[in-house]
Amino acid sequence: MTSVDELMDYAEVVERFDPVLGLEVHVELHTNTKMFCGCANLFGGEPNTHVCPTCLGLPGSLPVVNGKAVESAIRIGLALNCEIAEWCRFARKNYFYPDMPKNFQTSQYDEPIAFNGWLDVTLDDGEVVRVEIERAHMEEDTGKSLHVGGATGRIHGAEHSLLDYNRAGVPLIEIVTRPITGTGERAPEVARAYVTALRDLLKALDVSDVRMDQGSLRCDANVSLMPKGTTEFGTRTETKNVNSLRSVERAVRFEMTRQAAVLVNGGKVTQETRHFDESTGSTSSGRTKETAEDYRYFPEPDLVPIAPSREWVEELRGTLPELPWERRKRIQTEWSLTDAELRDLVNAGAVDLVAATVDAGATPAEARSWWVAYLTKEANARGVELGELGITPAQIARVVALVNAGELTNKLAREVVTGVLAGEGEPEAVIEARGLKVVSDDSALEKAVDEALAAQPDVAAKIRDGKVAAAGAIVGAVMKATKGQADAKKVRDLIIARCS
Amino acid sequence: MPSISRDEVAHLARLARLAVTDDELDLFAGQLDVILQSVATVGDIATADIPPTSHAVPLTNVFREDVVRPSLGQQQALAGAPAAEDGRFRVPRILGEEA
Amino acid sequence: MSLIRSTAAELAAKIASREVSAVEVAQAHLDRIAEVDGAVNAFLHVDTEGALAAAKKVDDDLAAGHAPVSPLAGVPLALKDVFATEGVPTTCGSKILEGWVPPYDATVTRRLREAGVVILGKTNMDEFAMGSSTENSAYGPTRNPWDLDRIPGGSGGGSSASLAAFQAPLAIGTDTGGSIRQPGAVTGTVGVKPTYGGVSRYGLVAFSSSLDQGGPCARTVLDAALLHEVIAGHDPLDSTSINAPVPPVVAAAREGANGDLTGVKVGVVTQFSGDGYQPGVLRSFEAAVAQLKQLGAEIIEVSCPSFDYALPAYYLIAPSEASSNLARFDAMRYGLRVGDDSTRSAEEVMSLTREAGFGPEVKRRIMIGTYALSSGYYDAYYGSAQKVRTLITRDFEQAFANVDVLVSPTTPTTAFRIGERANDPMAMYKADLCTIPANLAGTPAMSVPSGLSDEDGLPVGLQIMAPALQDHRMYRVAAAYEAARGTVYLDVPELAVAR
Repeated sequence: MTSVDELMDYAEVVERFDPVLGLEVHVELHTNTKMFCGCANLFGGEPNTHVCPTCLGLPGSLPVVNGKAVESAIRIGLALNCEIAEWCRFARKNYFYPDMPKNFQTSQYDEPIAFNGWLDVTLDDGEVVRVEIERAHMEEDTGKSLHVGGATGRIHGAEHSLLDYNRAGVPLIEIVTRPITGTGERAPEVARAYVTALRDLLKALDVSDVRMDQGSLRCDANVSLMPKGTTEFGTRTETKNVNSLRSVERAVRFEMTRQAAVLVNGGKVTQETRHFDESTGSTSSGRTKETAEDYRYFPEPDLVPIAPSREWVEELRGTLPELPWERRKRIQTEWSLTDAELRDLVNAGAVDLVAATVDAGATPAEARSWWVAYLTKEANARGVELGELGITPAQIARVVALVNAGELTNKLAREVVTGVLAGEGEPEAVIEARGLKVVSDDSALEKAVDEALAAQPDVAAKIRDGKVAAAGAIVGAVMKATKGQADAKKVRDLIIARCS
Repeated sequence: MPSISRDEVAHLARLARLAVTDDELDLFAGQLDVILQSVATVGDIATADIPPTSHAVPLTNVFREDVVRPSLGQQQALAGAPAAEDGRFRVPRILGEEA
Repeated sequence: MSLIRSTAAELAAKIASREVSAVEVAQAHLDRIAEVDGAVNAFLHVDTEGALAAAKKVDDDLAAGHAPVSPLAGVPLALKDVFATEGVPTTCGSKILEGWVPPYDATVTRRLREAGVVILGKTNMDEFAMGSSTENSAYGPTRNPWDLDRIPGGSGGGSSASLAAFQAPLAIGTDTGGSIRQPGAVTGTVGVKPTYGGVSRYGLVAFSSSLDQGGPCARTVLDAALLHEVIAGHDPLDSTSINAPVPPVVAAAREGANGDLTGVKVGVVTQFSGDGYQPGVLRSFEAAVAQLKQLGAEIIEVSCPSFDYALPAYYLIAPSEASSNLARFDAMRYGLRVGDDSTRSAEEVMSLTREAGFGPEVKRRIMIGTYALSSGYYDAYYGSAQKVRTLITRDFEQAFANVDVLVSPTTPTTAFRIGERANDPMAMYKADLCTIPANLAGTPAMSVPSGLSDEDGLPVGLQIMAPALQDHRMYRVAAAYEAARGTVYLDVPELAVAR
């Protein structure tokens, strides 16, 4: 358990080997109810409260398919350019495990609902890689185990385990790629970009919460290496517990460097399941299976076949929203963005936020400048996602409007945003509490200007003579008199107007 | 048809989570052999051109509305549990992969 | 006629007219159970309190001037212990479920309760319905009231014996390969396996999901029909439940009782005779066919060649599904747990519990099923068995193109002696030779008493089979035959009762 893996330098890995990826993504659908029973499909909650005879696997209970889950599966399949089966079934995958109430998982096996699709994935530099989708099939989630007595809450060393079946039976779609080859040194990046693209797609379809941190989107990364110049796939490992987009990239990269070291030292890669550790960025061996599992699949006799009519499939095709890549293309045109600007926008994860800010009244340029330029820095500094900063597109649009109305200077606007981020409430409340409002009452400003000109008649004379640069001294006096809450440009304009 | 060995019976018992005794291994090896040889006759008429029947009723597309139905309470869910703790089913330590 | 010897139809009428109270009827049967069940062992659990409460509710409703909630309101019933009953133990005849009290009702249980049927208790059965003799119960064998040294059939021996012993006028069984019909035949009672999907399986603890079907058991054809209509009908909780009107079985039973079968074409399946059939059973069957002809039926010989492969196909499909269905009994969430001494792993505790909790027949079938589904053997075993199923369905279709119903003996022999076949699984399996094809095809079939075998004086059953959803056809024929032949159930010898 404690042995440290030898790793090969990455540059050398990609010089000597071609990596082959296979990605299996599990998506929890956010239907109201579970896959086969009417229990609420809710994250968390008191343990064993969203359970019934069916999802607890009680004797005599039976499953009934959630029609909405089938609909979501078909929509996902269509968005992934898949063919939709005319006839398919569920099967039973038989193996014993305490988190699985029936000791078989009801899952599609050789008859998936969607198959033969693809997803185009854009890398950071704009290069597009087409990832082929082998299948997308329906299955059910397992319960959750809590391991008690071990040092870290992990399974090893635990004295006993506690089981909560609230998650048991939650609808899952498993999306499986064909082997992804030819990506070379960019394999880890492709893996991340694929999962990112899939996440955005599922979000647009509104079928899942797609939260990797909460497990509603889970990725298993299969990695193998073949020596350059060969075409036969090497032995692969399957890495689980990859809980963030960044981890997808790190896990693939780690496995490449580890497997390469094993291979060049004359060893053999063991076909096994590995566990990714976020803190170290490394993978460790799970239990090596003594023999290949024999799941004894057979058609689920308690469920009848699913035969989606072509009319239904076409009707569902009609419900597909604008897909992320279509939207990006439209936005680029509408907002007149260069490729680089679009890429920055996408990479910042700010497309939705900027669009919502534009919808709330800001121009695309104004909205981009806030989200991509300013707030992205804030988010990075705080280590959170842009969307989790605590400020809404509507609030940004409001700040922009106040600047345009001359009620805030750019400097003051940033202070307002800082206040909102600090949880001080709506922009207006921050302005009020911090006393940030620009003095825009013209008569008050004119009065202050007149007083300043009267106090420095020599300077006033110079300005009247056309020496506009002298106005600076009067501006300074006015700003001092208004405690800095005047718009300096406006003050300057007023002074010149008074003196002409 | 190859006759079924004692080892094969032991393997089946492991797959099926049955801690069979040595005596049972002998008994079952003999009986399974007789039964399996007898039922293997299905192969005599099951030719490649015949489709398999998995369901006796010709139904398809039986779906449920996505509407929440009452769940059991936690107490009811755990009522039959051999052991429970903190609202969860308590089970012996689990070997194997991280769940 | 004493209350316990009355038919369900008679009792229902007397209760509805308040000539007798439902509580009196329930009490009479509870007394009979107390009196004879020590000898018969038909019941695993008697729910005295629940039965009397349900009966009182029926009486109260009638006293309040309400019409009876169903044609069987207030009639007692014995429920096979394979149906979930909320608050009442459900064991399936297995140690592994000893003490389990379901938190929910099966749909059949719910429908019985809603119909005002009084559930007396849960009846004995072969463990998880695997067997043809009820000897495989973990709680001791049930004995045949016709001869206490003989088996009452299985797996629903408790249900059929309770009828023959006058402990209940109605019972519910389940039929996966004959477990309603074969016990009916050997106890001189009526047993019906409805069309697959006709009666909800929700809450019926699964043995073989694609074959299991709950159905009525009674002493007369009309009683069976009345019960059939109470429990049948579409259930959204069972995906394999047929969403169609319940076949008009009560009307058919009443029509048939007129005794005229003119124009009805009856097919005699040639495959069900010859070696392995008791001569007395065959003679009884020939007499039954002659009787049908006399009632006006046209008799036609029908060959169903693939029926010869039904038994092997069944003994692959049923164990395969069972090996998966019974995986849930793993000591984690409910039922027995053995060996949890805080040193053993979950996997070890599962194996020790299943070893201790399952009887030999269950283990045998789990292993056969595990084998038949294994990757290297799937095609040769499970896959081929599913093809045989297709062929059997085709044979039925061809036969029913020419005849209205098919008939055969229900069982090859009369009730055998307890222990006689216990160590010979293949001999035991042959008890289901004639009943299995209907399960594989999902078609309805029933057994109606056809007198006593002339060589041993034990009951023989006539099996009547019909096409899917044509359950009423067989009820009509059965009722006509019953009316002509007469019932046998009153001829059961007095039980020597230990007091």
